[in-house]
Amino acid sequence: MVAGQVQAEFRRLRRVWEFTGFGLAFPLILYIFVGLQGSGPGAAEYHKYALASLCTYAVVNIALSTFGISVANERGSRMDALLRATPVRPLAPLIGKTVAAIAFALAAILLLYAAGILLAGISMPFEQWFTLTWRLLLAIVPFICMGFAIGYLSGPTGAVLAVNLILLPMSFASGIFFPINSLPTVIKDIAPYLPMYHLGHLAWNAVGVPYDDLWKSVLWLAGYSVLFLAITLWAVRREDDRRFS
Amino acid sequence: MPGSTASSQVSTASAEPATSGPVVELVDARKTFGSVQALAGVSLAVRPGELVGLLGPNGAGKTTAISLMLGLRRPTSGTARLFGLDPRDLRARSRIGVMLQESGIPLTLKVREVVDLFRTYYPQPLSTDKVVEMAGLGEFQGSLVGKLSGGQRQRVYFALAICGDPDALFLDEPTVGLDTATRRSFWDQVRGFKRRGKSIVLTTHYLDEANALADRVIVIDHGVIRAEDTPEAIRALVPGKKVTFHWRGVTAADLAGLPVEGLALDGPRVAFLTSHAEDVLRALFGRGAPITDLEVAGAGLEEAVLVLTGGR
Repeated sequence: MVAGQVQAEFRRLRRVWEFTGFGLAFPLILYIFVGLQGSGPGAAEYHKYALASLCTYAVVNIALSTFGISVANERGSRMDALLRATPVRPLAPLIGKTVAAIAFALAAILLLYAAGILLAGISMPFEQWFTLTWRLLLAIVPFICMGFAIGYLSGPTGAVLAVNLILLPMSFASGIFFPINSLPTVIKDIAPYLPMYHLGHLAWNAVGVPYDDLWKSVLWLAGYSVLFLAITLWAVRREDDRRFS
Repeated sequence: MPGSTASSQVSTASAEPATSGPVVELVDARKTFGSVQALAGVSLAVRPGELVGLLGPNGAGKTTAISLMLGLRRPTSGTARLFGLDPRDLRARSRIGVMLQESGIPLTLKVREVVDLFRTYYPQPLSTDKVVEMAGLGEFQGSLVGKLSGGQRQRVYFALAICGDPDALFLDEPTVGLDTATRRSFWDQVRGFKRRGKSIVLTTHYLDEANALADRVIVIDHGVIRAEDTPEAIRALVPGKKVTFHWRGVTAADLAGLPVEGLALDGPRVAFLTSHAEDVLRALFGRGAPITDLEVAGAGLEEAVLVLTGGR
């Protein structure tokens, strides 16, 4: 059941190649245009910092799109009603999507790593690459929960809008596209409350930026997971009351 | 290992509910949505191997009745049982197959792939080849679901409904929007499935469909059962004739006092049912009614339902 669901999700990713291609190519293009700038002292550090930033962006984009847009589509097309009439365990489709999203995110960041190594000449010890990878893939969880909440609170068209309206401003305000220090004061004040800022901290730290209070970021991300999970459960219950009670 | 066989038989027997009782049962089921009463106390049972047609106009409560049977909705009062279990019980759900109105399927999968996916949900599915053959999907099995026409997609829904080799099949308005030839070939597929000894619940507002397929017809309107019998017996509830003609400028008052039922006026076109066709026509001609295009025919299931549902 779960294996079949995972296979179906991979097939979906392969067939919606515009979506998949965009998810893989857009961070790569941004990295080539923005992340490879600079030369001389400090450039190598900047290249690593930008790589961590765009990996963060890629992972969050995939989590929000996979869960937000496809969940909204399944509700909009009433596929969820058909599934409810089958004996499928509700967790099976969820696990299928999560496995596919994590594999997709891994592919996106490996592509960025390749660009970093081949185009920017980044060299880091293996432990650092490994730390960056597992942190990004583990910290995808709060964004999966966030995507789920979007998917349950909006319709198919609304979800695409919602994902973009949330993702781009949140990326800017979290210092993903430009370093935090170059942002206006208002945004600098907001940033520490955004989940992506904290995922950014985990990623930047993995490539060598020291932070004293990294545990705070972990707590923030855990808190956001709980918050979005609660919103999702509330939305699922509301949906049950409206359509399936 | 005879010992283990015996013990597994015992555990199977306790896990499986009794199969001799009704497959589906609604007992005084009521359902209200806000202030709207969709079902106002419906009791029905479907026996093993039986094909029951739920017939009624749009908005009669057919889909609500099916939703209760499937556990997609819960009755406001009364009970719904599937194989003697709560319809939300996965053991009950493992034994049913469902075609819903306007439900989505993964458009990015090929026909064979989506059948394979749904097969993994069921404990003892039919083989993919068998499902593809029974649903008439042979030539489309490699096509993407998203590229199929409406009629072809309907076959995919049928394939998904039967892939678990269910004991009961629920078809909610399965042929809406299909052309006549496609509908007839769909009927053949349904008959083929029934020959395997399976129960089928079919909702439809096409009378010929109920007539062609059902062992028993349940006429629902305004959330209550108006009649429940074989298609032939229901037809016999209206023993009279169906009379149609054209009469320019006709109003209902022109036919007042005549023994007619189910009167329908559509511009100059008049249609009604009567057990006294000769008397009615004699009276009309006596009044000098300018009637043209007169037709008198034996009333069928359509007319019977029209009368039963008050001409809606």
